[in-house]
Amino acid sequence: MEALLEGLGMALQPENLVYAVVGVLLGTAVGVLPGIGPAMTVALLLPVTYNVSPSAALIMFAGIYYGGMYGGSTTSILLNTPGESSSVITALEGNKMAKTGRAAQALATAAIGSFVAGTISTVLLVALAPTVAEWVVVLGAPSYFALMVLALIAVTSVLGSSKLRGFISLALGLTIGLVGTATGQARLTFDNPLLADGIDIVVVAVAIFAVGEALWVAAHLRRRPLEVIPVGRPWMDREDWRRSWKPWLRGTAFGFPFGALPAGGAEMPTFLSYITERRLAGRHRAEFGKGAIEGVAGPEAANNASAAGTLVPLLAIGLPTTATAAVILAAMQGYGLQPGPQLFEAEPELVWTLLGSLFVANTLLLVINLPMAPLWARLLRIPRPYLYAGILFFAVLGAYSVNFQWFDVALLGLFGALGFAMRRFGLPVLPLIVGVILGPRLEEQLGQALQLSQGDVSALWGEPVAVVVYVVIAALLLGPLVLRLIPGRQEPEQLEDEIGALEDEVRS
Amino acid sequence: MTVVVGWTADARGRAALVQGAHVARLRGQELVVVNATTGTAVVDDRFAGASALEEVRRLLASLGVDAEVRQPVVRDVTEALLEVADEVRATVLVIGLRHRSPVGKLIMGSTAQRILLDARCPVLAVKAEEPAR
Repeated sequence: MEALLEGLGMALQPENLVYAVVGVLLGTAVGVLPGIGPAMTVALLLPVTYNVSPSAALIMFAGIYYGGMYGGSTTSILLNTPGESSSVITALEGNKMAKTGRAAQALATAAIGSFVAGTISTVLLVALAPTVAEWVVVLGAPSYFALMVLALIAVTSVLGSSKLRGFISLALGLTIGLVGTATGQARLTFDNPLLADGIDIVVVAVAIFAVGEALWVAAHLRRRPLEVIPVGRPWMDREDWRRSWKPWLRGTAFGFPFGALPAGGAEMPTFLSYITERRLAGRHRAEFGKGAIEGVAGPEAANNASAAGTLVPLLAIGLPTTATAAVILAAMQGYGLQPGPQLFEAEPELVWTLLGSLFVANTLLLVINLPMAPLWARLLRIPRPYLYAGILFFAVLGAYSVNFQWFDVALLGLFGALGFAMRRFGLPVLPLIVGVILGPRLEEQLGQALQLSQGDVSALWGEPVAVVVYVVIAALLLGPLVLRLIPGRQEPEQLEDEIGALEDEVRS
Repeated sequence: MTVVVGWTADARGRAALVQGAHVARLRGQELVVVNATTGTAVVDDRFAGASALEEVRRLLASLGVDAEVRQPVVRDVTEALLEVADEVRATVLVIGLRHRSPVGKLIMGSTAQRILLDARCPVLAVKAEEPAR
């Protein structure tokens, strides 16, 4: 508690406050713009970390992450085009509300719900993360190895439509992570001395998120413009408050644990929250599909809660579960910080300042979003060529500034083309980026475990925690298959179908 | 033999549309309304949405003119307008002008100027009604 107050004090210092403001403004802006997300933004800003103190950079990145969750809802509601994947569900009821003249209430319940969920979840994060870290710190290399394998498998197989595509993407990521020299041996360096130190994660992240996306947009540049629904200042009346507060809390309850799980992300809890609200709507049931405020309040709370939840495994174990978390992890590694249980002991000031700044960011977001939502929608009038020219410029600048050599820019082009091809063929990007980041650390833990056991492979399942994790992995991989074999038990499929139907509904 | 109107969903577009409808009715010619966009921004205010389109249809009906409304997504709005004018062999092309500051003229190209110079038919340029001061 004392540590948290100290952290809050640090976060409120002018310099850190400025970075928080910059972060939330940027985050909201990229959240509003479809196709540009917090992961891309943080990736583009990775080179900034060379000049800025770790706490300032992390405060800014956390602000971008939280801000992206806020901004996505504005586009969903006013335009029926989700700014972020986490806001897909918000569009369902949010846009219907806007069309019936209740845009102001939809924006208000989204913003206030996000604030409530964000604050509660950040409290949970503060309470949980140190405990988890204490619990994890005693684990040995075999358990870490198992946990990382779990994260890789979960991120790959639980999210996304096709497991095969997920694993292809993961294999690509692990391969990129292999490049370089390990234990004196050169791997995949093609005798090129420039590859001997491996490929910098900044180059890969910027290429996949920024260049890949820019090429993808350039290939689909001309689309029929959409109509923004005009709206005044967001507000809610007593009835809206009465109908919103329970969905906010339930959404938080869905979002936080899902974010904290290795297969987290914000998509799943928003879907679940929406389905739950529809089931519990009672006499408002008929409003669903025509603009029910519960259908905006719940999912919007869920996606912000999941953002906070994601920070639990990131800070306490060093496991990223979303693309943005993965890039933030890359930034921490760039500073030489070892995310995971040691972080709380080695860098208490940094951690608590970051946690304190989350409360600050959340409050700032409410202040800038509630009165200014219509203003943010104006960003959508920017012609995309200007926007993406800027993104490409910063991408090249960022890649070049890593080592000041043209070779990195060439790699940027290469991986940018890969990013484009992945989007073209429907490969998810998340397994790749998590693979690139976790791959080398996975190998490190494996090496450590085998060294201690002097090459005895059975040491890998010599710790109870590791065994439990392997059982979970097996359940994750085999569970869906087994369920399919048992007749009459089709619930997971049903859920997936339902989600598919909802997605179609939004896209149409 | 057709009257072509370059229409944008704003005041000057409306002025051009009303004038074009007038000319079409006087001459007993058909009216083609072109509302083009480059489609590069997610939102384009000058591109008519469903409600603006509905309003224009009603306006044209009340003026007693038969009109075809086209909304192409194109690379270049000016070129698209001129192409339509050629295609339907326009007798007159009606466009709306807006007041531009000297700096604005310096930085941005003028759609109106390019149409005036490149069109192969007479061009009728209309100004939006100035708001009362």
